[in-house]
Amino acid sequence: MSTRKQIILAAYVGGVNEHTAWEHPDAGSQIDFSTFRHVAQTAERGRFDYFFLAEGLALRARDGRIFDHDIAGRPDTLPVLAAIAAVTEHLGLVGTLNATFNEPYELARQIASLDHLSGGRAGWNVVTSFDAYTGANFRRGGFLAHADRYVRAEETVATVRELWDSWADDAIAADKESGVFLRDGRAGEFSHHGSQFDIEGRFTVPRSPQGRPVIVQAGVSPQGRDFAASTADAIFSPYSKLAEGKAFRDDIRERAARFGRDPEHVKILPSAGFVLGDSRADAEEKARHILEQQLSDRTIQVTFEQVWNRDLSAYDLDGPVPDIDPDPEAPAFIQGRAFIFQDRFQTVRTWRELAEQKGLTLRGLAHEVARAPGYIGTPEQVADQLDTFVQEGGADGVVLGSHVVPSGLDEFVDRVVPLLQERGSLRTEYEGTTLRENLGLPLPEAALAAAL
Amino acid sequence: MTTSRPPHIGVALEGAGWHPAAWREPSSRPADLFTAAYWIDLVRTAERAGLDYVSIEDSLALQSERFLTGDERTDEVRGRLDAVLIASRVAPAVSRIGLLPVVTVTHTEPFHVSKAIATLDYVSEGRAGVQVKVSVRADEAAHVGRRPHPGDVALDDPAFRAFVDEAFDEAADVVEVVRRLWDSWEDDAEIRDAATDRFLDADKVHRIDFEGRFFSVRGPSITPRPPQGQPVVAALAHAEGPYRLAARSADVVFVTPADAAHSRSIVDAVRDAERAVERQGEPLLIVADLLVFLDEPGGESGADRLARLDALGRPLVSDARIVAGSASTVADVIDDLVAAGYAGVRLRPGVATDDLPRIADDLVPELRHRGLVQSAPHTTLRGRLGLPEGLPSRYATPVA
Ligand SMILES: Cc1cc2nc3c(=O)[nH]c(=O)nc-3n(C[C@H](O)[C@H](O)[C@H](O)COP(=O)(O)O)c2cc1C
Repeated sequence: MSTRKQIILAAYVGGVNEHTAWEHPDAGSQIDFSTFRHVAQTAERGRFDYFFLAEGLALRARDGRIFDHDIAGRPDTLPVLAAIAAVTEHLGLVGTLNATFNEPYELARQIASLDHLSGGRAGWNVVTSFDAYTGANFRRGGFLAHADRYVRAEETVATVRELWDSWADDAIAADKESGVFLRDGRAGEFSHHGSQFDIEGRFTVPRSPQGRPVIVQAGVSPQGRDFAASTADAIFSPYSKLAEGKAFRDDIRERAARFGRDPEHVKILPSAGFVLGDSRADAEEKARHILEQQLSDRTIQVTFEQVWNRDLSAYDLDGPVPDIDPDPEAPAFIQGRAFIFQDRFQTVRTWRELAEQKGLTLRGLAHEVARAPGYIGTPEQVADQLDTFVQEGGADGVVLGSHVVPSGLDEFVDRVVPLLQERGSLRTEYEGTTLRENLGLPLPEAALAAAL
Repeated sequence: MTTSRPPHIGVALEGAGWHPAAWREPSSRPADLFTAAYWIDLVRTAERAGLDYVSIEDSLALQSERFLTGDERTDEVRGRLDAVLIASRVAPAVSRIGLLPVVTVTHTEPFHVSKAIATLDYVSEGRAGVQVKVSVRADEAAHVGRRPHPGDVALDDPAFRAFVDEAFDEAADVVEVVRRLWDSWEDDAEIRDAATDRFLDADKVHRIDFEGRFFSVRGPSITPRPPQGQPVVAALAHAEGPYRLAARSADVVFVTPADAAHSRSIVDAVRDAERAVERQGEPLLIVADLLVFLDEPGGESGADRLARLDALGRPLVSDARIVAGSASTVADVIDDLVAAGYAGVRLRPGVATDDLPRIADDLVPELRHRGLVQSAPHTTLRGRLGLPEGLPSRYATPVA
């Protein structure tokens, strides 16, 4: 009998970013279904909890010019998850869907449809949009101020839940003899009149296997944290070091308790990469090589331009850190990319100090602050690092990305997963049939609709 | 005598079938309507029959006996899943048949519609299409809450007519945007040139900069050009306005001829609409919808079955011609339609779990016997329908 905390694992296909090395000889298509099938089936073989897709609703651009230096092009989130449901049996399917550029009725019916079609494996990572640039692809146009985005996101999720709850669990009788298909001629009835949505009618999708598909949230501002703590089942976080992970977890747990929730019911999963080697030195050498590949000159430039919000092409990467201040007023110089730094000025100040202390060039600084490739070492060492991180409360698990798509995850599943299983920190068989059950989340109250 | 090419045969899937009481038949699986297994079984049957495509019905409101609003009936199937997701879920389980989900374009975002169908084309490896649907229902408008609706009015009310005309004009803009987004990446935009550190050739990825009366969309798409380049666009049409939408926007138009004379007049009306909108390129494939109840060989006749189901609740009312009879009767009707200039028929099974297997086991062999079945081995939907394949993106500069 193991009392070890079970590590939650998700497999991440980001689609677009510098962490995926398209130049690698094993790099496959970013868009063909065979890629998604491979990653998903590998994750299921490793008894992962879910497969996770990111989303961006505009191709990324630098000063209006489409990025050409890293991966671009991704499928639509829900159809590809529905197709993955056809080639997997247990794996959860969590898709990122924007709350600003979708309407609750449509979101609710699509996610509930995926839940039906996958037998209860659907999840929704709720994101808000970052810029007006994305808005130009949509009817509603424009974008919402940061604070308003969360107002809309919160009401979107609340409304979607109202819709999910609008059919009683047993609404469908389907009794051929008596001719009663629906027990109640008003099944699915809803009426929502809030500051964001003024809608009513009847929802088309009967209660799905999970009742309420799993809600994941990504976003780290105070509003983002409150939103997650009050609403989400899981959080996709950027904090993968033990100290910052613990601090974030403590903060979220405290907020969750304040919202009257059981903190155990908000799972936190930071993103993480990994590099395996036959020895630590070998793995570190590989990691260094990967980082060098990831940080091409243009990637470095774009990373800094995102924070400075200025054209930095005149600055030598092998020279000092620019002494100008960021421009917070100008339209986003780098567009279509999530900006996760809280404060431009503070970030620049910290980086400048770091560069001065260590005598770093701009390039050196980029290597210093780049997201390290994550867990690095022999399979035993990586299993140990990851297990320690979770057992000591850094998070509840990780969302693993690999720098080679689609085959990169194979190595983790073949070499690290068995070690985690031996330690009793990772399941050898799925516990349940739904994502909720596998994550250890409570089932939503049955037939909530009937009670209302 | 006809020299036309053999017709394209497809099937339109709607819940338990097109009869409101279909779910009560012994073969029906009403408790499974919301499962993947049910849809996979139906689509596999259609594929086994060698049919060219299945379409999957959808709407943003519950089924209703009324045209503009919902009802509170409890004796018929109510509830449905998103058709694009059904098609995507089914796609990896079949390998040859085309998949055409219905998508409402009135309350949705063209950007989302475009990438959803492009993705269906990826997961089906070139077998995607879409049947675009215009929503003029009051209940659907209230579900989204974004546009005013004239309400539960008479269909000839001028306010309602204006509303309908706008909705069709807007739908044409939606399809234009969807198609431009499909073309917004040229086929060879992804270059993976490590030497110059370029994944993309940015000159081959295009903004679409659509500015219309109803909305504007910048583009490019986030999804690369789908395998077919342009997945197949279809629309169901019953009147001049919708014929024009189809003539402007679609590859295939589903129409509902009631009899032989009507079938000829519809072909003329569609061709007129093509001239009126100055359609370029391929003429529309005109496909007749037929709602079928096939005789059970050695058992109940289609007509008896229809009468029995009609007596159970609400008699079947249909826009499409109802044909109840033997495989040979249905084949005769198809024969006549081909002679009248139809490129194919789409069969709406009265009872999905009875009539679809009979289409596979009785009707298709009968058609094959008459030389009315194509043996096209094409793997893309465009190929199966005889539409040009390998069309370059509209944004590609022709190589000199
Ligand atoms: C770890 C993480 C992952 C994210 N992934 C996405 C994504 O895939 N798509 C997206 O549109 N936004 C994504 N976002 C952006 C957030 O939804 C949000 O817009 C952004 O973080 C700003 O909100 P905040 O200030 O609360 O952090 C992500 C954010 C974080 C922190």
